[in-house]
Amino acid sequence: MDLTYTPEQQAFRAEVRAWLTAHVPAQPLEHFDATREGFEAHRQWEKTLKSGDWGMVTWPVEYGGRGLDLIQWLIFEEEYYRAGAPGRVNQNGIFLLGPTLIEFGTHEQKQRFLPSMASGEEIWAQAWSEPQAGSDLAGVRATCVQDGDDYVLNGHKIWSSRAVFADWAFGLFRTPGTERHKGLSLIFFPLDAPGVTVNAIKKINGHVGFAEIFLENVRVPAFNRLGDEGQGWHICMATAGFERGLMLRSPARYQVAAKKLAELWTAHKNSADPALEADVVRAHMNADAYALNIYQTASRLMAGAKIGPEASTNKIFWSELDIHLTQTALAILGPVAELTHDAPDAAPVDWIDDYIFALAGPIYAGSNEIQRNIIAERMLGLPR
Amino acid sequence: MDFTLNEEQLMFAETARSLFADSCTPDHWRKMMEAGQAIDPARWASIVETGLTLVLLPESAGGIGLSEVDFALIAQEAGYVALPEPLVESAGVAAPMLASLAPEHELLGDPMAAIAIAHPLNPFVANADSAAAIILHDGGEAFLATPDQVTLVAQSSIDPFRRLFRVEWNKANATSLGKGADWDLALDRASVFNAAMGLGLAQRAVDLAVDYAKDRQQFGKPIGSYQAVKHHLASAQVAIEFARPVVMAAAADIGHRDAQARARVSHAKLVALEAADKAARASIQVHGAMGYSWEVDVHLFLKRALALTQSWGTPAFHRARIADRLFNQPAGPDQTFARESDHA
Ligand SMILES: Cc1cc2nc3c(=O)[nH]c(=O)nc-3n(C[C@H](O)[C@H](O)[C@H](O)COP(=O)(O)OP(=O)(O)OC[C@H]3O[C@@H](n4cnc5c(N)ncnc54)[C@H](O)[C@@H]3O)c2cc1C
Repeated sequence: MDLTYTPEQQAFRAEVRAWLTAHVPAQPLEHFDATREGFEAHRQWEKTLKSGDWGMVTWPVEYGGRGLDLIQWLIFEEEYYRAGAPGRVNQNGIFLLGPTLIEFGTHEQKQRFLPSMASGEEIWAQAWSEPQAGSDLAGVRATCVQDGDDYVLNGHKIWSSRAVFADWAFGLFRTPGTERHKGLSLIFFPLDAPGVTVNAIKKINGHVGFAEIFLENVRVPAFNRLGDEGQGWHICMATAGFERGLMLRSPARYQVAAKKLAELWTAHKNSADPALEADVVRAHMNADAYALNIYQTASRLMAGAKIGPEASTNKIFWSELDIHLTQTALAILGPVAELTHDAPDAAPVDWIDDYIFALAGPIYAGSNEIQRNIIAERMLGLPR
Repeated sequence: MDFTLNEEQLMFAETARSLFADSCTPDHWRKMMEAGQAIDPARWASIVETGLTLVLLPESAGGIGLSEVDFALIAQEAGYVALPEPLVESAGVAAPMLASLAPEHELLGDPMAAIAIAHPLNPFVANADSAAAIILHDGGEAFLATPDQVTLVAQSSIDPFRRLFRVEWNKANATSLGKGADWDLALDRASVFNAAMGLGLAQRAVDLAVDYAKDRQQFGKPIGSYQAVKHHLASAQVAIEFARPVVMAAAADIGHRDAQARARVSHAKLVALEAADKAARASIQVHGAMGYSWEVDVHLFLKRALALTQSWGTPAFHRARIADRLFNQPAGPDQTFARESDHA
């Protein structure tokens, strides 16, 4: 065990920092879920990132990445959040589908999809959930039927983040006549293909953050299937491992928030309830523990291990720490807490919006109840 | 940067695990409890024989000179079996302190000798009666005395294997070890090793409950198939998973002796013992009334966690050390492994 960065890692940090300092937009971009303009501004930012070769640092060079390891990825993320760089509009692609494609895709598929994902040219949505298949994802009903070199897709997907403005979606589809986990395939479809209808759904913060998608005889080449027909469940669980366990929520996000919370406390401690200091300290501890856990996982994966059901413990931990952290900020702010960012007396950090968003954490990426079931059954071995 | 354990570390932990699994079963404790014994001389002898007491001791004092990380792994195994013997305080804290003050001391040459320590933060001294000697504190200075050179006022602990004493002593009857004693290092080591024991206590409490929940039937099914039961144990496991890397990092950090290291040590002690408390309470709940009975083993893990939580610095003490780091040192995403000297 050696918890110090190598000189190469330190040099890498300096390189990232210098590039970000020169390129991060001075003004925050409008949120990518708020409007088409906000979304496109983020797409533009992704192009800028790609111009410096920072689109997705862990991918192989030939597919648009830098071929770096997971520790370097963590360093990159730390610098990224430290610099206050814009949120990643293509996160479903680069953090979830990308690693899965690298593991399960053919060379041709990687060539076709990864570089445009890393550059933001094609932005991806995840189309797994259906009105009748949320937590019970194995119950998806949308179908895929092979017809010559094509698949014909039919069904109704929902809660698909960013699908309103995105270009492509990856979805789970069933070969008709199959049941539950068997017979599911992971298939990509363009969101502007004939037969696709995307309807925006407003989130509780008023943003069009997700959508429902209707597919009516949508034709896509069989090339768009990742892995074998019927292997979709297996592949999706690998993606879910990235989503819950590692890439979707890098620790830096919470470390920046914990730092801002400490600053908020320092500014308000003469007027706020003194008991809140313990919560501020706790938020820092949680963010630090999450970072250490991820560094440990990254080291383990680099030594050849695979991410397993412990990814579910991460999902619970980051979602709960986020709520505790943002809730503490509201408690410190007192009456200012309820003001939205456009109010004249609003706090400089939009804590209320962060809190509202944090409330979704225990729901998406597999609800925390489901994660606890997974931990109990697959880590602890309790009966179903 | 490499946050994995090496072969040798895993090997020592494995040695401790199999030694304890064979010799420190609930049957053993129960016999000791009935006999009012706090130490099993045969087990202590095999611990000594295996070299576990030498792991942290420097080579100059006849030890193996390994690191706090290595010893933390052993302490974790000691927690898993709620080891009665004072391995952690003696071989993890007191003996290395004695070695740093008096490397030639004859006690260090006697591997069977357990050493007790009276730290200024602790009003009571554990296992002072059975120790070969007690390290005592006076105004920063360290002294050494044998139990018969001091007056021991027994204080019974909720943990049947913690023999606590208020120690009354007189400098005239003790040997000075000089002023160089590093009481802060003793505190950091004790805190990290107690945290590591907390991880073991917590995992054992969960494992006991898992075994019971697979077996015990209600409404025609094992209780472990019910979600409310599953979720108690899953939540405890989450607490363990997020305490473990903190404990390991804290053990690796101790040598830095800066605000970051102290904060991480304190973080480790807080969260590992919170996990132990959470796991023990979940385990009692899952066992139902059985869990509240003397007969079922879970209470021992709860009691050890209770004892360790308030000794070697209360939670408030440790929280204050973390606050000190947070409010007086740079924080944020690039500071996870930062050192005070980086900002000098
Ligand atoms: C902000 C946000 C973004 C999202 N983005 C996407 C996306 O991009 N792509 C996508 O495919 N989906 C997305 N989702 C959907 C998300 O994956 C589902 O909401 C989630 O899996 C839960 O499914 P559900 O909403 O149908 O709730 P339900 O399954 O109906 O569950 C409702 C409640 O019942 C509980 N419950 C259900 N079954 C059990 C059980 N067996 N045991 C105990 N409790 C149970 C749940 O935990 C939950 O609390 C998003 C959701 C949100 C909130």
